[in-house]
Amino acid sequence: MGLAVKLQKKVSGFTLDVEWEIGNELAVIFGPSGSGKSMTLQLIAGLMPPDGGRISSEGKIFFDAEHNISLPPQQRRIGYVFQDLALFPHMSIEDNILYGAKGIEKSVRDKRLYDIISIFRLDGIEHKRPGEISGGQKQRVALARALIRKPDVLLLDEPFSSLDTSLRADMRTFLKDIRKEFNLPVILITHDIFEAITLADRVILYEDGKVIIAGKPHEVLNPEAMPECEFPLFFSYMLNRGFF
Amino acid sequence: MDSSVLFSLRLSLQVALVATVFVMVAGIGIAYVLALKQFRGKELLDMLFTLPLVLPPTVIGYYLIVLLGRNGLLGNYIYSWTGFSIMFTWYAAVLASFVVALPLMIKTTRAAIESIDKDLINASYTLGHSALATLFNIVLPLAKKGIIAGAVLSFARAMGEFGATLMIAGNIPGRTDTMPLAVYSAAGSGDWSKANLMVLFFTLISGSFLYVANRLGKRFV
Repeated sequence: MGLAVKLQKKVSGFTLDVEWEIGNELAVIFGPSGSGKSMTLQLIAGLMPPDGGRISSEGKIFFDAEHNISLPPQQRRIGYVFQDLALFPHMSIEDNILYGAKGIEKSVRDKRLYDIISIFRLDGIEHKRPGEISGGQKQRVALARALIRKPDVLLLDEPFSSLDTSLRADMRTFLKDIRKEFNLPVILITHDIFEAITLADRVILYEDGKVIIAGKPHEVLNPEAMPECEFPLFFSYMLNRGFF
Repeated sequence: MDSSVLFSLRLSLQVALVATVFVMVAGIGIAYVLALKQFRGKELLDMLFTLPLVLPPTVIGYYLIVLLGRNGLLGNYIYSWTGFSIMFTWYAAVLASFVVALPLMIKTTRAAIESIDKDLINASYTLGHSALATLFNIVLPLAKKGIIAGAVLSFARAMGEFGATLMIAGNIPGRTDTMPLAVYSAAGSGDWSKANLMVLFFTLISGSFLYVANRLGKRFV
């Protein structure tokens, strides 16, 4: 169950060296800009080759440097929601979602499209283009497209960063419901500590390409987890290190 | 009207059309590789393909003779195996137009592909689509504007090709004298009425082609 990740990657002046494991739960990778969070997602999805390590999900090996295994992104069955969502501007909402349903038999696909449009509250905008819908709707389209082929893992790279506060709250609730609907490991990158505390089953704290600490949110995002500082200095410590 | 004028006109259109089709196929392929793949010697390859843009067409014609002439590096083998030489045929005119127009297609298409958000291509991969499917479903539709612009420029350049064509296709009346060559011959022999007619024709055709291309371009944006 879940996802096991061990990664090494060196790029001009930066080294990522992390190892962690999660179950079918929502894990938040939390850390300052440039700590290697997005890079981790790209390496897991196969969009960038790691220098070393191993990535596996439910016994399926995506990457193993030792045995020279590296599946192309197409074969990893990973749902990926990009920071800028990456909706195809020349396709309708329906075509965007169906683009994620490759290889699914037509009758199953049509049923799934119908279900997913209702779960993601996209009724009535199926034939519009991404440029014609709101930010919150775009968000849901990107999630729907990533989930229609029932991936083994879902990766979310700061998907809510462009939304205003009230929409973010909506999307958080929505993501929690989706998590229950699709039982799979989800990794969410966020800069928002509130998002981390409210959404995460597990928090993985990154700094300078390393995992400082990982665990339940109340264990990790807690002054005692940072022995070198005391509450209420904790938040100013995090602030100074550029965590938010 | 003088039948030789009509012949030259038809030949020019035929050469430019065929050359543009080949230019589009090769140009899109090369531009795709240059825009999205990382490999050693990439910029050298780009320079090689851009060279015809800055070299005098006669130099390009000279290279083509060295390569494909009956005694040329490749032409030698082709001739001894098949008895065919491309020299002084209308295919040679197509080849000359192809070589000089190709850089225009590559440049505009490469720029168009590079301006596509890389995440759109990555998204297509993570959704299970191969590089080829991504090319046809995402890259080409989003680079359409640049591709059309490249094709129009290439066609115009092919229509106007003179120097390299003269070198490898010759200027054989009724066989390889495309419009620019026929204008050169007519003016050279003092046949001003024929030259005037052809120049007028050429300007009208090229002008209306550009007009249509602009209209099409706007509709596709």
